[in-house]
Amino acid sequence: MVDVPLGVAGVPPAEVEDVELYHPKSWVTHYVFSQDAKIIAVQYSVTALSIGLVALMLSWLMRLQLAFPGALSFIDADAYYQLITMHGMMMVVYVLTALFLGGFGNYLIPLMLGARDMVFPYANMLSFWFYLLAVVVLFASFAVPGGPTGAGWTLYPPQSITAGTPGLAWGIVMMLVSLMIFIVGFTMGGLNYVVTVLQGRTRGMTLMRMPLTVWGIFTASVMALLAFPALFVGAVMMLFDRLLGTSFFMPEIIEQGARLPYGGGSPILFQHLFWFFGHPEVYIVALPAFGIVSDLISVHARRNIFGYRMMVWAIVAIGALSFVVWAHHMYVSGMNPYFGFFFATTTLIIAIPTAIKVYNWVLTLWRGDIHLTTPMLFALAFIVTFVNGGLTGLFLGNVVVDVPLSDTMFVVAHFHMVMGVAPILVIFGAIYHWYPKVTGRLLSVPLGQFHFWVTFLGAYLIFFPMHYLGLMGVPRRYYEMGETAIYPPSAHDLNIFITVMALLVGAAQLAFVFNLIWSLRHGRGAGGNPWRACSLEWQTSATPPPHGNFGKELPIVYRWAYDYNVPGAPEDFIPQNQPPLAGEIASRAP
Amino acid sequence: MVQISLRNEADEARQSAGLASIAADLSSDQRAFKNVSWGKAMMWIFLLSDTFVFSCFLISYMTARMSTTVPWPNPSEVFALEIGGTSFPLLLIAIMTFVLISSSGTMAMAVNYGYRRDRITTAALMLATAVLGAAFVGMQAFEWTKLIHEGVRPWENPWGAAQFGSSFFMITGFHGTHVTFGVIFLIAIARKVLRGDFDTGRRGFFTSRKGNYEAVEIMGLYWHFVDLVWVFIFAFFYLW
Repeated sequence: MVDVPLGVAGVPPAEVEDVELYHPKSWVTHYVFSQDAKIIAVQYSVTALSIGLVALMLSWLMRLQLAFPGALSFIDADAYYQLITMHGMMMVVYVLTALFLGGFGNYLIPLMLGARDMVFPYANMLSFWFYLLAVVVLFASFAVPGGPTGAGWTLYPPQSITAGTPGLAWGIVMMLVSLMIFIVGFTMGGLNYVVTVLQGRTRGMTLMRMPLTVWGIFTASVMALLAFPALFVGAVMMLFDRLLGTSFFMPEIIEQGARLPYGGGSPILFQHLFWFFGHPEVYIVALPAFGIVSDLISVHARRNIFGYRMMVWAIVAIGALSFVVWAHHMYVSGMNPYFGFFFATTTLIIAIPTAIKVYNWVLTLWRGDIHLTTPMLFALAFIVTFVNGGLTGLFLGNVVVDVPLSDTMFVVAHFHMVMGVAPILVIFGAIYHWYPKVTGRLLSVPLGQFHFWVTFLGAYLIFFPMHYLGLMGVPRRYYEMGETAIYPPSAHDLNIFITVMALLVGAAQLAFVFNLIWSLRHGRGAGGNPWRACSLEWQTSATPPPHGNFGKELPIVYRWAYDYNVPGAPEDFIPQNQPPLAGEIASRAP
Repeated sequence: MVQISLRNEADEARQSAGLASIAADLSSDQRAFKNVSWGKAMMWIFLLSDTFVFSCFLISYMTARMSTTVPWPNPSEVFALEIGGTSFPLLLIAIMTFVLISSSGTMAMAVNYGYRRDRITTAALMLATAVLGAAFVGMQAFEWTKLIHEGVRPWENPWGAAQFGSSFFMITGFHGTHVTFGVIFLIAIARKVLRGDFDTGRRGFFTSRKGNYEAVEIMGLYWHFVDLVWVFIFAFFYLW
């Protein structure tokens, strides 16, 4: 069960002497320019969640336009494309990536590994401020002449930098610069997460004793360090095409009879660069979610995770495979059709490690002592949603099925299910789970249950009908369906239904925001370990954890993070830093 | 209290050579790479990430070069230097490459003297490296000036495919920026070495943390990487 024999008298001595912490001297260095990973995590999370609310409101406007075309006078085709672009880019990069890696990564990695802090706290601080600068530049593009870019979140050239696309003057430049700043900032953070996991663990914490949350975030960080360079290079080249008149991505173009000063470039090159980043990005978001949901299920079902080793290898395998599937986003791009065969094959192979994970989650639940707490509800909802989104992925991964479905609402429904709703359900679950550690207070349960049911059911009411629209052939990125005869009236009615549901689900998030703020003062006191969990972050000397995370002595780890309901143990969980119990070796020899 | 003893199996495995020792390190606690400090691990991983940046640049350039329908300018003629009426192909680039590779030598010596705590020699060698690096950037500036005078622009050039100028300025510019940052950091660390910061435990201005002589080696990793990248740029851009 555990790879290292329990209780073979011991644990190796400390290889690195305890770090000397940076002690902030003023309120500003304590809470604003903080070098403490826990504060940085909260800064990241609050920023990302705020952007999430903005992006949610952008999606409301889009939905209103689709359901009631022309009802909102300020939304014309240009505005609609700007909404779609900003919603997509914000959600994928500035919310999900930042929240999982910058937020949960910063908070959980040092605490779960028994470290005092990240290994480079100063670079960690810079990481957040670069991120904030990127966000400021992104939001500033709402205020510049011509508004933000409307190129779609994939920013495909040539349309993204030719006339007719809104935001040609300033918006696209701001977007590319913002992405570059984000990547620089992320690199500083990502190096921290990776090195902390590799080199900064406490005594007894082997890689194969790490909670799966850390495995997920670690693998995602490595992937991000290797995938973001492609986006960076693509952004630099497109910026040159736009500002210097180079033609990396720009073929010869005749515009209204006039030849543009471009020629000889390859638009498909950008798509390759973009998706070499873009596909790993899906798993950069999904792997931390996989890890976190494994821990939530194990804790709240009071049962050890099933097949821990396979779960780890599945995470690593998915991470590696995701670098060789990128062109499945490009079946209709005009690339060599033979590529489609290769990329369809690699894409479908990913289903194997993913299926291993789903089976293991379900087998963890099997005969478990399931507590339907709010985090558990979100975790269960994730499994269902992820399976749904994954199955439509099989449709889209096959070339012949993908071609007719390309650029329809089916694609929108698929990726919202699999990388929108599913990871966000995990984010909610994780916040309900770790909020007591961050603040010392539990979130309100009735509000949480209300939030869960509205969000979970509502998300299905929004996105299930969208699959149907897509199968009917309703295209994505059209700002109105118009009076086209090929769509039956039911399509228009469904659009209205989806919009009403989107408004309801969006509004229900206010309950979550209220819960977060209200419980900060009025929540029930949580104590140090309200969920009776094994992993180290629940064994800190105080809650919320103090500067330096643990008391004078760092914890020593004797076991994996999943010792729930061990026969013969006095309680139904054994913390990771609990030395072997009497008689444990005999009964639980690996 | 817990009794602590060494785990003998792990130690034995570590002494054994090859894959077994790697597996033993990876499955041990605390550190996956034994005797590798945090700073050094960070630099290696950063360089891995940076490798992807340069790979993307070079692959994009190669794609552009292979797919363009307009002839690519002949690098032997474009990068030739005329001295006394004779045209020497790639002369300037040869000198630049020689200078940069030599700077890797002085850097390696600086690392050695750093660990011997020979502050003066270390700082002198680092400054020599910085001077060689600056000379490289200076020659690059000369090369850019020459090409710009001949009419090469990011969007056009007199000899053929427009992507020649675009790729040239972008890739050599990005590499030159790396060298420039390297020179700045070389000077900063040489100053610390000379002042004895790593002996007295003086704290850094920004990070307020103590450093040690390993900073010289970490700096060296970066510098060798920048040299290595140049070799690839040299091969793929100038020799192809």
